Formats: sequence, structure tokens, C-alpha cells
Amino acid sequence: MEEITKHFLNNNRRQFLKKLGLGIGGLAAASMLDPFSSIVEAADSPLAGMNLPHFAPKAKRVIYLFQSGGPSQLELFDYKPLLTKMRGQELPDSVRKGQRLTGMTSGQDSFPLVGSHFNFKQYGESRAWVSDLMPFTAKIVDELCFVKSMHTEAINHDPAITFFQTGSQQAGRPSIGSWMSYGLGSLNENLPTFTVLLSRGTGRALAQPLYSRLWGNGFLSSLHQGVQFRSGKDPVLYLKDPEGMTRSERRKMLDHISELNAKQEQEFGDPEINSRIAQYEMAYRMQTSVPDTMDIEGEPDHILQMYGSDAAIPGTYAANCLLARRLVEKDVRFVQLYHMGWDQHDNLPAHIKKQAKDIDQATAALIMDLKQRGLLEDTLVVWGGEFGRTNYSQGTLTDTNYGRDHHPKCFTMFMAGGGVKPGFTYGETDDFGYNIVKDPVHVHDLQATMMHLMGVDHTKFTYKHQGRRFRLTDVAGHVVNDLIS
Amino acid sequence: METKQQNKAFTLILYFAIPFVLVLLYKYFNQNTASNYTATEASTSGDIALVQEVPDTVDYIFDVKPILSDRCYLCHGPDEGTREANLRLDTKAGAYAAIGANLDYFAIVPGDTIASVMANRINTTDLVKIMPPVDSNLSLNAYEKKVLTKWIAQGATWKDHWAFIVPEKSNIPKVANASLPVNEIDNFILIKLKQQNLTPSERASKEKLIRRVYFDLTGLPPTLEAVDAFLNDNNPNAYETVVDQLLASKSYGEHMTTNWLDIARYSDTHGYQDDLERVMWPWRDWVISAFNRNMPYDQFVKWQLAGDLMPDATLEQIVATGFNRNHKITQEGGVIDEEYRVEYVLDRTNTVSKSLLGLTMECAQCHDHKYDPISQKEYFSFYGFFNKVKEKGRMDYGEIPEPNIKITKAQTKELLNFINMPDSIPEVNLMVMRDDAPNRKTFVLKRGAYDAHGDEVNVGTPAAVLPFDNFEKNRLGLANWLFDDKNTLTARVAVNRLWQQIFGTGIVASTSDFGNQGALPSHPELLDWLAITFREEGWDMKKMIKRMVLSNTYQQTTKTTPEQLEIDPYNKWLARSSRHKLTAEMIRDNALAVSGLLIDKIGGPSVKPYQPKGLWAETTSGQGLTEYIMDTGDNLYRRSLYTFWKRTVPPPAMLTFDAATRNFCMVERQKTSTPLQALVMLNDPQLIEAASTLAADVLQGETISDEARVETIFRKITSRLPDASELENLVRFLNTSKAEYDETKIIVLENKDALIAKGITEDNLYGYSVLTSLIFNLDEAIVKG
Repeated sequence: MEEITKHFLNNNRRQFLKKLGLGIGGLAAASMLDPFSSIVEAADSPLAGMNLPHFAPKAKRVIYLFQSGGPSQLELFDYKPLLTKMRGQELPDSVRKGQRLTGMTSGQDSFPLVGSHFNFKQYGESRAWVSDLMPFTAKIVDELCFVKSMHTEAINHDPAITFFQTGSQQAGRPSIGSWMSYGLGSLNENLPTFTVLLSRGTGRALAQPLYSRLWGNGFLSSLHQGVQFRSGKDPVLYLKDPEGMTRSERRKMLDHISELNAKQEQEFGDPEINSRIAQYEMAYRMQTSVPDTMDIEGEPDHILQMYGSDAAIPGTYAANCLLARRLVEKDVRFVQLYHMGWDQHDNLPAHIKKQAKDIDQATAALIMDLKQRGLLEDTLVVWGGEFGRTNYSQGTLTDTNYGRDHHPKCFTMFMAGGGVKPGFTYGETDDFGYNIVKDPVHVHDLQATMMHLMGVDHTKFTYKHQGRRFRLTDVAGHVVNDLIS
Repeated sequence: METKQQNKAFTLILYFAIPFVLVLLYKYFNQNTASNYTATEASTSGDIALVQEVPDTVDYIFDVKPILSDRCYLCHGPDEGTREANLRLDTKAGAYAAIGANLDYFAIVPGDTIASVMANRINTTDLVKIMPPVDSNLSLNAYEKKVLTKWIAQGATWKDHWAFIVPEKSNIPKVANASLPVNEIDNFILIKLKQQNLTPSERASKEKLIRRVYFDLTGLPPTLEAVDAFLNDNNPNAYETVVDQLLASKSYGEHMTTNWLDIARYSDTHGYQDDLERVMWPWRDWVISAFNRNMPYDQFVKWQLAGDLMPDATLEQIVATGFNRNHKITQEGGVIDEEYRVEYVLDRTNTVSKSLLGLTMECAQCHDHKYDPISQKEYFSFYGFFNKVKEKGRMDYGEIPEPNIKITKAQTKELLNFINMPDSIPEVNLMVMRDDAPNRKTFVLKRGAYDAHGDEVNVGTPAAVLPFDNFEKNRLGLANWLFDDKNTLTARVAVNRLWQQIFGTGIVASTSDFGNQGALPSHPELLDWLAITFREEGWDMKKMIKRMVLSNTYQQTTKTTPEQLEIDPYNKWLARSSRHKLTAEMIRDNALAVSGLLIDKIGGPSVKPYQPKGLWAETTSGQGLTEYIMDTGDNLYRRSLYTFWKRTVPPPAMLTFDAATRNFCMVERQKTSTPLQALVMLNDPQLIEAASTLAADVLQGETISDEARVETIFRKITSRLPDASELENLVRFLNTSKAEYDETKIIVLENKDALIAKGITEDNLYGYSVLTSLIFNLDEAIVKG
């Protein structure tokens, strides 16, 4: 064994570290550390010379609460009394300005304006407007940083959600969590760097679907793919040993495998073998660390109550929020949640009420729970969907019912912690809630800002693939400095 | 003994743990050192390459142009739209031209570094003047500056980009030791080895060799009988006989098809949003058949691109055009039809250019290409070939997108007898190509946007490869242009991809990019020799593959010496064989084959083997394929190329082992090692079942010692016998596993009771199953040999 060890140290340690792929530390750091690697050799690491992070990060971890389907800003945060006043009147062409419509409403012969079915009030010292649908969120507005002037380029779900997650409307590029995993590496050695949690909303039975490529690694190494944590017996695919097998049996098997593999390494001199040995060890650790993380037995009642009654039901948004906290507590770098069901084309008042109830209490609880544990200051929480919804009704407007189509030109998101200004609202839309009149924030701007908070200059963090240097923000995006505390 | 084991394991763990801790400490330290964050202007490749020595004679192609392309072309390259100072460095005329308002100075004055503004600007310390500019986030390190400066000093000799020059067949290099080469490939390889001070490795052991060639040619492991026959065959042609058998086997076509499916972005679903089911498997059946018939590569490609336009096109030729209908299609309500129709045409354009020409043409969709001589106008001229299809951007639920053809059971009995239509299916509709919108005009799309029409364009190709003169102005003309003798890319790209399949890495490592930003060929003369030979031999794929696997180069051992690792860590020069990992398909197929579970049936509709429960259900909208209903019986055990591919939720174990996503054309897969792979190998029910089945099979055989049984299992999985210490290790594990057996253990075997009735004890069944699972998890079990 000493001989093997010596051999590693003398020959393979740099490559070994590089391929090890537990993502601990940037590769550049690994090679700098390694006194045995020659200077020239280190240059072939794509991260070498990128000096990540570029500056002191304000956020070490991210929880991204993706609201899939496109939540209506007009029923939640963007208060537009004019729409109530003008209810039933046509959207003026002077406001629409030729904006393209989806195929779902482009055939409508009328575009009747409609205001929120739900009342709005101002809350907190920051006097932020929040509707009655979000009572728990309303209580914590002084922790939140609202962006009311988000806009995107896509008007359909698939390209729009892909755009938010990967910076491109068409599939193929890495997800934002994969970029962060690749660039910044892991903070822990027992759990994946980028984890994914899914939940279904109650606001629309046939919710928009999700696609595993949304958390895919694109052209980055598959080490950086999002790992889905699921409710049920096998929280990570293939994690559970066959029924009846004990931990000690598994440990014994891995010891035998390691020993036999080490012998192969000795014979063939392939550094890849060492990498595999290490991967098995990580897998073994995950078999304990993942169930431990998923197990909320030890959570006190007052915490469960804080997240709401759903928190005890695995697979719900509330349960996933609690899980997200447990994951960042264990220093998982990027936790991506998706909550489906925000696509209220029709029956909006009834459906959004349920949908908002799914998420309101648990979102607020998550933020406050992070805060009371001192985690909020270096954990960035992001809440939002892939686009907003129109100010006019899709389908017939009746006294009690209406729907809203997709609207890419303005919508609201909020963030908390991780270096953003608390109790702050940025950007403004016009009185019709249709156009942005102040401080627009493009999807790429949001991505640039998130990366900035993580200590990364989005223009400098690139990956060369097929001859081109790719960025999460493609060739655009500006850091919105006004959002940063 | 036990303690020693633990000590070893502990040492091993320590070895892994120490670097982590060091890295963590480093990161911690780093994050708390503010001064670290001020130095953000590091070079893109760092100044760490300082120690690299500048060659005595600087070569433009190998030393200079990669730097110019990567750091300068962005502003001084082919894209006129972003060109600065009217200087372009990608053409000879541009690089030597007079520049400036008064045309009174030059970027490059051959032989005169003082007069060359480029030499000044790259070497200056003035941050306002330095090139590349600070805000480009690009920079040159000291080595690169020296190379460029020395090139100018030595006369700034210009050469055109190698891939755009027609290949020439050079003479076979002479090798001093005439006993070393088996065929021409070896001559080319040996010459380079000598230059690198490397010597070829010995031949791999026969067990390793037969395992390797089986996987490379058929994707399956050799049976023990095949291994024994080869070991006992002392005829000098023994190896060639095996190769011929494999090339003639139908598994060859299945294996070749697996690779082609990545290129063709084959899938059983439409890919966007609700991701509805489609029927394209008859096209897959055609591909298998074409490979097995050894259809010449030119014909194989021409039919797929333009079978419908061939004179008196046959039904089979039309079926082949399904290739270009494998792209994704949306059914999302509310999409703008034209936006998606354009997307499909773009996809075809990018697929054909990437896979057949090795060009990143997609970079010219929004503007002229930044690195290669492909204008945006040329991009859309190429796009024009695929823009005559009368198709919709949005399909309806339940619709089979036009154009499509109906294939009846009767046809599959005669004309299309390569289609394996099950009795339960009377007919299918297959999407194909048809230019039934002949009057649709093609425009340059400004910024690549579907609704921003620029100038109208005619169909055409990038002139730098070969101008599109005297060819029919349609896809058939394009197909003929691809295989014109003067086309500089098609043959090179094709043999390079075959090389990648056999040797692991292409002679041009960037298989999909032969442009200025791509890798340079490690063996340019060999590449051209192979390309021309391929054409001269009538594009005979089996013959070319046979040449590759018969070479001595291919037959070397994978044993790697520390010296080799130091001189050539990535095995560019092939002084040994690379120790390749099995692909996702091979890993599963291997387990099925060695356990006897594999169903040896060719073609037909896709099948749904084991998959963790709930994956489809948890992301669906309730439309289309809402739930994965696992097949039963034979369909659980078909080769992996037949596994049903749902694009939005692909089979997870396959993706974990780096299978392509099939969202778009892929010519090269990643090769990674991850913890999730370990979990699949340890716990995938399909692998567990295979382990138990193999274990039971061996237990049912003749009554032999535990040692002999362990040997058989080990050999089936790895194709070789374990040595004494390995055997001791495995038998020891077997005995502890047997001893672990109690009623809490589960043995996953349908015929468990029957086995027990035959007198096979449960502890034996359990112990052997776990042992077999262990052997499946050895590194050696998932490498070729």
C-alpha cells in the first residue's frame, strides 16, 4: 500500500484531484496546493487562471424557489388599482405597443382589463404592497428585496423556464446550479453540491410539466448535474442498498472492491481507478448523509408548525422548504426547488388562492428560520417564476371569474438574505401593469447579480466548449448594484 | 488478517481525506484574505505556462494560429460586424494589409517586430494600449507573446487552415524496425512516437484483446467459449478471424447504430413540454440494417439527407430521410408557429454541419462566425436546403407531424423487410423529409431571430470548404457536394469519428470542430491518408474499422508506465492503448449478456425496462406519457439501444453514465466518474437481478469447488481468470457473505424456490449473489480491456 500511495503522490496526485470530482475546492486551488504538479501541467485545467471566486462572496449558498408556470404578479405583489377601475375596458393599443401574444390569446377579439380579485395592503416599515393571498409573506416584507421590473424574452413555458435556468431558451446549456457547482465547488464532503426538490401545487390540476434537463449539466462535467432529492424510500435514485443488506456488509464489500481496484491500479497505472475508489467512498457516505438530511424526526414541533401543516407531508412545498434549510445547514451550495401549478389561464381567482396557500407560509418560514440560525446572511433565497401574466383576461371576463395569459414584459420576483437589500423594492411598472417604466431587470441581469453575490464576475466565468467561451449570461447581463446591500 | 485489511482501508481513506482537508483549509484561508480578490486580471490561461519553451522555428498552424484565433479573432476575425480597426487576422491579405486612417502602418511587417504594431501592442505594459484589451477578459501569457513576436521576426509565414485544404495522400513513412508495423496505421504512429521519445507497448494479453475488440465492434462482451476458442487458436490469423466474425455479426450493426443515434438525436418522444410519444423506431431499424449490410458511407449519408430526392426514390430511401426528422417538436399551447418551424430548420442545419462537416456552423446563426470563414449569409444559404419542408411549428396532441409516410405490415414483408414490425401493430406512420413547400423563400434572419427577415438568399455552402457550383440546388445537390472529391472535410470527419470510436479520442480530438478553434490533428498525415483511402475504397466502413483494429497500435496493452503518464498523460501519441470505460449501454448490456438474461432480438419498437418508480409521474402535466409502465418478460432484457427514450425524463441510469440527452446532435460523450455511478452499479435492480441470475446459473452447474465457481463468475464478467490473491480475496468475501445470510436477506430470483428444491442452499444463493454484485462493481468490469 505504501508503494501505491507513493506512486500516487509522485505521479498522479494532480490528476487524481482533478478527476476526483467531489468538487471540493476549485481545480485551480487543488493544483496550486499540490507541490508535486509541474507548473505547465496545471495550465490545462479549464478553471486555472480564472481565480474564482473573483471577489469576496456575500452569499455562499443559494436556495432558488422556482414557481413554475408563471405566477401572476397582479394578484400577489404588483398593486394596480387602475385595472380595477378600468375593469372590462379594452387594453389600449398605446399600452400594448404591438407586443406579441401567445397563440392562446392572439385569436381573442377582445382584451378586457381586469384588476386583482384580492385586496392589497402595505406592510412593514418598508411599506411594501402585498395582497391578501400572502399573509405570512406580508409579515416579513422587511426581510425581502422585491424586483417588480423583471422581464424576459420568451412567452412560452418550455423556452422561458429553460432561459431562467440556463441563460438560453433552447436546451443544451448548464443550469445555474451546475455553473455554481463547477466554478465554486462543494462546501461539504457528504452531499451533492447541487440538489433539486420538486413539488406539485394545488392551484392547477394539470400543471405545466418539468424536464430533468432544467437541472442538467449541459456541457459541464456530469459531476455538476443537479441531484434530485425525492420523497419516499429512495430519496436519491439507487441510494438504497438491497433490502436486508446491512451497512457493515456494504462496508465490507467496498473494502474488498477498493483492495481489488488498487491492485489493478498497480498493474495498469490508470489514475482513473483511484478516482473510482473515491467515488465509491462518496457514494457510501451519501447513503448515510442523505437519509439523515431527509429525516425530520428530530425537528421540534414549533419548527414544523412554523412551516405549516404540510411540512410533515413529504414531497410538499412546505416539506421541501424545510428540507432546503436542512441542506444549506449542511453546506449544500445550491438548492433548487420547483413548485408546479402557477399557470392560471382560467379560473384564476379560485386557483391562485390555493396555489398561494401552498407556498406562503413555508416560504416565509424558511426565510425566518434561516435568519434565526444565522444562515440568512450568507444564503441567498430567490423566489419567482418564468414570466408574469397579462393585465387583461384570457377567456371571458365574468363578475367572479377571469384568467390571465403569459406576459414576459413585466413580473415580480423577490430575494432575501445573501447580500441583497432587505425591505427594498426595485423597479416600477406602468399603471396598467403592462410595461416597465423604471429600472428593468432582464433574466440575464438577475443571473449576473446572483453570480455577483456568489463572488463571481459573470463576464469572466466562462467555459470553453466547441471553440467558444460560454457564459451563463451568454453575451449580456448587468449586475444590478442597487439590489446589493 | 482482518486488522491488516482495516489498516489498508484506513490508509486509503487517509490518503483521500488529507488533500480534501488541505483544499478546504486553502479555500477557507483564501476566502478570508481580502487581498486575494484584488488580483482579478489574471490571464485566461495564466502566466503559468512560462516554462514552456518557444520552438526554434515557430509554425504558423501549430503555434501561432491557435493563439490568434482564440485571443484575437473575436475583434479581428471573420465577423465584419464586430471587427475593430478594420484589421482582420484570419486572412493573409487582412493580416498584412495597411491599416489606420491614412493606411500608413501595419499590424504585421514580416521580419520587423519594431514596425509591426501587433508586436508592440501585445508586448506593451500600457493598459490602455495592450492587446487584447483589458475589458475583453482575454490576455496573452509570456509564452504566447514570445511565440507571436518570434513568428513575426522569423518572417510571419502564412499557411491556410489545414481543414480547408484538400487532403493529400502522403507516402507511408518508413519505420526502422520493420517488424513493428502490422499495417499502414502503425507506420504513421511509430514515426511520431519516435519523435516523442516514446516506444510502443507490448501486445495486450489475448483475454484483454478479445474483450476489447468485442466491445468495440459489437458493444457486447465475449462469451467464455469465444475467449477459450481464441486462447486455444494458435493460428497467426486467429485475431483476424475473430474480427471478421464480429464484423459479420448482427450485433455490429446494433452497436454502430448506438453511436449514430446520438448524432441523429434519436428519441421516442417529441421533446418539448408535454413531450408526447412519436414513432421513429422504423428509421432506427433501417440504420441497423444499413450498418449490417455495410452500406457505403456515402450512400448511407446521401440517403439520409436526400433519399426522397433520388431519381425514382424507393420507399427505403425515403425511410432513411427520417434522420432529419428526429429533432424535437413542440405541442405547447400558444407557441408562435413560425418560431418553432424555424427552430427545426436550424436544428437540421446544425446537425448536418456538426456531424458531417465538423463545423460549428451554429455560431453563424446570429452573426458572421467569430472564428471560422462562415458568414451569416452562408449559414442561411445552408439552412435553405432544409427550409422547404411543409411542416408546422406546433403539432397538435395526437397528431403525427407532416410530412410522414404510412408503412404497412405488407410492406415490411417485402420492400422494407428490415423493419421489425410486431404482429400487434398493423401500420405505422414515420416522419420523413419532403420538399413540399418549394416556393418558400429563405432569408438571413437578423440576430438569428425567426421574425427578423434580412436579405433573401439562395441555397449554398460555405465557400471556404468548397463553393456550391454546378450542384443541384437542393438537398440532393448538398449530398453530392459533401462527397465531392474536393470537399475538404467530409472524409476526414468520417474517419476521425470512426477513429474516436475505436481509439477513444479522435486524431482531431475535437470531433465536432475542425475549425480554427478546434484541436489540431495529432497525426495529420495519417488522418489524410485514412480519409483518402476511405474514399478510394468506396467508403467501406467495415474495411476501415477492420484496418484500425488490426493495427498493432490498437492491440497494445493498456498498462501505463509512469514515464508514459508523464510524457503523454492523455495518450495522444498512442504508445499504449487507452483504458476505456464501457458506455452506458455497454454496462447494462454486459450485465444482461454475462448473466444470460439478454434477449437476442433485433429491432422493433422501443422497450421499457426497469426504472425507478414515479419519475415520469412526478413531472408530468397529466398529458401524454404520464406514467412509466414497465414492460414484462423479454422486453426487460433487450439491448439498451432499444430502451424507450423520453427526452424530458431520460432513463436515469443511462444519463448517469454519460449517455447523450438526445436534445440535439452529439458526436462525443463525456467520460466522467461520479458517486451517482457507484450507486447505480451497487443498487440498480437490473444489475442486482443480473448478479443473482449469474450466481444461480453457476450454482446450478456442475458440482465444483467454490474457487472454481468464483473463477467462472469473475471470468464471465471480466473475461480473464483472477490471480491467486484476487481469488483468495473473493472467496474470503464469499464466505463472510454466506455467513451473513439469515431470513432478513432478500434473494431477487423468480425461480428461487425451484433452486432451493434442487438442493441449492439459501446461504449459497445469497452469498454468491452478493459476490457477483461485487465483481460487477470492480473497475475492471466496466472497462473494455
